[in-house]
Formats: sequence, structure tokens, C-alpha cells
Amino acid sequence: MRPMRLATLRTLGAAVLASVVAVPAMAQQPAPASGAATMEAVKSRGTLSCGVNTGLAGFAQPDSQGRWAGFDVDYCRALAVALFNDDSKIRYVPTTAQNRFTALQSGEVDVMARNTTATLSRDTSLGFDFPAVNFYDGQGFMVKSSLGVKSAKELDGATVCVQPGTTTEQNLTDWARANNIKFTPVVIERLEELVSAYVAGRCDAYTTDISGLAATRSVQPQAAEHVILPEVISKEPLGPAVRHGDQRWSDLVRWTHYLLVAAEEFGINSANVEEVAATDTRPEVQRMLGKNGGLGAMLGVDNQWAVRVIKVIGNYGEVFDRNLKALGIQRGPNAQWSQGGQQYAQPFR
Amino acid sequence: MSDTAAEATVPRPAQESAIGPRRPPLLAVGPVAWARANLFSSWLSTAVTLALIYLIVRWAMGFVDWAFVNAIWSVPVVNGQAQTQACRALNGAGACWAVVTEKHRFMLFGTYPYEEHWRPALCVLLFIGLYIVSAMRRFWRKELAYIWIGTLTLIGVLMWGGVFGLSYVPQERWGGLVITLILATFGIALAFPLSILVALGRRSRLPAIKALCVLYVELIRGVPLISLLFMASVMFPLFLPEGINIDKLLRAQVAIILFAAAYLAEVVRGGLQALPRGQYEAADALGLSYWQKTGFIILPQALRLVIPPLVNTFIGMFKDTSLVLIIGIFDLLTAGKTAIIEPAWQGFGIEIYVTIGLIYFIFCFAMSRYSQGLEAELNRHRVR
Repeated sequence: MRPMRLATLRTLGAAVLASVVAVPAMAQQPAPASGAATMEAVKSRGTLSCGVNTGLAGFAQPDSQGRWAGFDVDYCRALAVALFNDDSKIRYVPTTAQNRFTALQSGEVDVMARNTTATLSRDTSLGFDFPAVNFYDGQGFMVKSSLGVKSAKELDGATVCVQPGTTTEQNLTDWARANNIKFTPVVIERLEELVSAYVAGRCDAYTTDISGLAATRSVQPQAAEHVILPEVISKEPLGPAVRHGDQRWSDLVRWTHYLLVAAEEFGINSANVEEVAATDTRPEVQRMLGKNGGLGAMLGVDNQWAVRVIKVIGNYGEVFDRNLKALGIQRGPNAQWSQGGQQYAQPFR
Repeated sequence: MSDTAAEATVPRPAQESAIGPRRPPLLAVGPVAWARANLFSSWLSTAVTLALIYLIVRWAMGFVDWAFVNAIWSVPVVNGQAQTQACRALNGAGACWAVVTEKHRFMLFGTYPYEEHWRPALCVLLFIGLYIVSAMRRFWRKELAYIWIGTLTLIGVLMWGGVFGLSYVPQERWGGLVITLILATFGIALAFPLSILVALGRRSRLPAIKALCVLYVELIRGVPLISLLFMASVMFPLFLPEGINIDKLLRAQVAIILFAAAYLAEVVRGGLQALPRGQYEAADALGLSYWQKTGFIILPQALRLVIPPLVNTFIGMFKDTSLVLIIGIFDLLTAGKTAIIEPAWQGFGIEIYVTIGLIYFIFCFAMSRYSQGLEAELNRHRVR
């Protein structure tokens, strides 16, 4: 009996080993050659591999049915539509703050649309490119609307809830000094305690990045009781990142962003794009939507790419409203340049 | 005097037979006596008992109120947006189980394509079936190995698809409970044989093998699982030639196997050392080869000695798989956390965590109970 059982154990171990050795063969994925032509790799593979956040409200989150949605996710979809005319041909790779850079460096993802701040060191020593800034985030203030405050500059003498040890605290002090305003900071380490201190009225204002403020505000039982002030006191330009040294791929990512922004500027949206493409006589619109000029081919896609992308994804304003408006995030610096914002598409010619 | 003597000798037949053998008084045995002896033996003990009863009853009533009486089990969904106002209006007075109702499929299966959820569901059932079959001693035969191969292959086919008309589902879309079970099952099933080899190697008289095993155990035990996962996830891909990517889940799986094996090896070594030297010498005297001696004499005795610490490590590993959240794999816990990121559901973490805790508890408690039974059965000869 005993030898029998042991033999079984041994066979079992060998069997499990064998079956798992077989697994990697199945698990091998076609990988892009980093540094080389990502565009060709993506096209020949037939799917876009897109690095996204593992979950950030409004930017990238799976819904109840496990489908990815969000502001950054829409950029992945736009690229897939431009390349394949099919926004289901995407592998979403959830990445954490820790493994996101390796995922891009090692070629596991082709593009990383993961609310990543473009900085000099990431651009240079990490070997990335940030082709476009799709969301200008920055530190802001939230106050109770009962306070009747319309601008952060009216907050002289106020108590402000802030997390310690982050650049947030430093930014707050710098901005107060620059504007000759005095704040009394209430410094609390844990985010939940910080928020409940603000809600309970221990401080007049709460400061962190605008998108974080908006997310906090949206989960309050009475969101309308809180208002996010228009001032933004630090620079957090977020945008999709690609590997350095692959300019054609970088171009496509950049111009896909400009396409969305320009479409909004020209009043083109997902509902009217086909009609505009057929009837509009503005030269730049005609070039942009592929009627003449052959701009799509220059980017390495076909000339109908713009119509497709806008039809499926919508323009920048639609993408913004669909994902971020519900969180209470205002356009602010992300308004069109003509509306006083910083979203400025370079010309399509 | 004579009266009493006479009385004592006079039989009282009718009365005696009617009474029969009597139970001891209620206050001497049974639950009442136990309570008197243990809970109400002195005024201090009584006070503590009463205070605790009061607290427990209050807490239990509060819990029942929260979890059942005031709870909301579902909310309407309009245009894909869950209307959670009713839940928010509760203000913590009741549980919002609606979040579990709405998100349970995401928690169990992650981002796996919604229409194909029957596939991971079937895989979970297959895993559980596999555990049950493997736990029954009457199935401890050669055929069990084939059952394992067959089931694991079937699970692979179901999860990946791409054959028999099943659509292909890439690994990064897998998630939820099935990921936890895959990581734990493969982790334990492969780490265990590896750990036995390492434990034997560490006691080997061949210096190279011994040094290698010591080095392996000390290196792996010297770092936390999180840093192993980081190395597998972040550093390892950079060493590979360009264009070659090894699946993220597989990298994490290998890290978990190596980690578990190092800990299990020390447990097994403990068992090997506990065996009296006579067992080794007797096996040698019989002229058995090293592998015969190990297989027939040493391991069967050593392993049954270390069932409690083995299962302890198994349970620990089962829960440690949740650390893969730091490399972006959606196991059960991460899927639960992700489910409450959606603005409509933010703030309902307790309900999600209670549910996940319950699932973990069921698996761990089952392991624990099974090991107790196994221990009692295998060590029956040692009970005196």
C-alpha cells in the first residue's frame, strides 16, 4: 500500500510538472520589437497592446461586465480604430505605478495611456516619449459651497487639509507665499481621515490633484455641497507615453490626440462627422477628414482614419464629457485654446 | 435501634423498580453544571460573563441589523448607471449588498469576456472537484495523476480557448477567483515536489548539491515575496532579448512556486530530522538504494510528521497569492478592490471585503479541517 501511494505521488508530481512545462508554449505572445518599428509590429500582430491603470475612476476602470472604459481607455480605442477600424482589437494590460515603465520598456505594451506625468527624467533617462498631453492635471482646492468662495485667492486665513510628505504640501506653501496669502494647514497622513476631517468641517478647504478632488467630491452624499475652485497651483501634464526612438509610432499617437482636439475646435463630433466629411468646404477640415492632402497615408494609416476615429470615439470634448464630467471635473486648463484653455491642436496640413 | 435495622432490611420492591438507575442531579453534569463551573464560579467570573454576554449580544444584534434587517440587496440600473442613492441614504446603518449583487461576476471572473463567464465558472468548479477527489484516500492511485493532467489541461483549454469553437481569451483578461485558484493550485502542487528535492538536497553528503540547496533556500527566504514578484515582473523582462515576452501570469506563478518551495523545504527538512537515525540505518541494512530508502522508508514517515506546518504554509501561500495585485494581475482581492473604483460604488468597501473574506475563509477552513482529519488518520498508530 505504502509504496503504491508513493509511486502515485511521484507520478503525480511528474505529471503536473509536465503539464506546466507545456503551458509556456501556449502562453507565448507575439511581442513587438522595442525600438524597431512598433507600427509594423502592431499592424502585423493585428492587435494593439495598451497599458492602462489597474483602476482609476474616470481614466481607466473595468465596468461590472469587465469592459474597460475611461478617458485613457478611449485613447487606446482611438488608436485601434485608426489602425484596424475595430476598437475591440486591443489588449488592455493593467499596469501598476511600479511596473508601468518596464511594461513599456520591455515591449509588453505598445503605448501606455496611464495618467502618467510627463517629466524630463522620464523623457530622457527612462527612454520614453510623451507625444501629447491629453489631460492637464494639477493641484487644486475644494471647499464647501456654503462658504461662498469663488476663487482660492479668497481663502486668506483659511485652514486647509493636506497630506504630509508629498509635493502637495510644498506646492501649497509655495503658492500661498507667492500670492501673499496665509493658510493654516491641517496635516493628516491617511487619505480617508483627511477627507472625513474636511467633511466634518475641521478645515475650510481640501487640497490635492484636481482629478483626485473630483473623485472625492463625486462620492460625497451631497456632491453639490462641495465646489472645486478654478485655480490650479502645480503642473501635472498627463499623457500617453511611447518608447523613445520610434518616431512614426509616436507621430500617430500625437496626431490622434490632435485629431480629437481639432475635431472639437471645428465642431465635428461623432454624430455629424460623416456629413461634415461630405459637405464641409473648409480646407483644413477637408484635409483632416481625408478628402484631399493624403495626410493619413503620411501617418502610416489610410486617409479615412480621421472619420473613423471621430465616428467611434467622438471628439476631445465628447471623450472628456463621457468620462470625466460625471466626476465633476471641469474643463479648466483642458479647454480649447480658443476658450482660454491649453488644448491646442497643431494644424492639419 | 432495632427499628431502624429492621427498616433497613425491609425491601421496598415497588419503589425501587419504579425509580430505576437515576441520573446525577442536573447541577452536577451537563451544560448547566459546565456553565456554573466555568462561567459563574465566583462573583468576578459572573460579572465578566455577564458583561461579555451583553457585548456579544449587542454586537450580534448590531451586525444582524446591519447585514440583514437594514440591508439593501439590489438597486435599479438605469442606462448602465447603477442608482446607488438608496444605499447612500442608509448612511452606514445597513449593508449595501447591492454592490456584491452588481459586481459579483466581476469579482469572480475579472475582465474575462462577459458572455464567456461560464468558462472560468466551470474552471472554478473543476478546481474544487479536483481538490475533493484528491482529498479522498480511495482515489490515491496512479489514476489520480491522469485525472490531474486531464483536469488541468481541460482548465487550460477552457481558459485560453482558441480550439473547439471557443474564442481565444488572452491571459491579461483572466481575473478574479479563478486566478487565485490557478496561482495557489499550481503554486502548491509544483512547490511541494520541488521542496522535497531541496530538503533532501540540503541533507545530502554531496557538497555541490548541498551548497546549491542551502543557497537557494537562504536566498529566497531572505527576501519578501513582494520583491520576488517585482523581480519577476519588472526586472526579468529587461534581461530577455528584444521581442521575447514571457506571460506576466507565468512569471508571477514561477516566483510563487520558488518562494513556496523554499519555505516548504524547511518544513520537510524538519520532518526528515525528526526521524530517528535507526530508520535510516535499518533501511541501509536492508540494502535499499538511496531512492528506495527515501521513497519507502523516510519520506512516508517524515511527511506525516509535518502535516500541521505543511498545511500552515499551504494556507499562507493561498492568501499570499493576493500580493500579485502589485504587478497588475486581477486576483480575487484586486478584482474586489477594482469593483469599487467606479464612482457609483465608491465607499462600499466593507461589503466587498466581507464577501471576499468569506470566500478566502471557506477555502482556508476547508484546508485546515481536512488536514486535521488527515493527521488523525495517518498518525493513528501514534495515539496511545
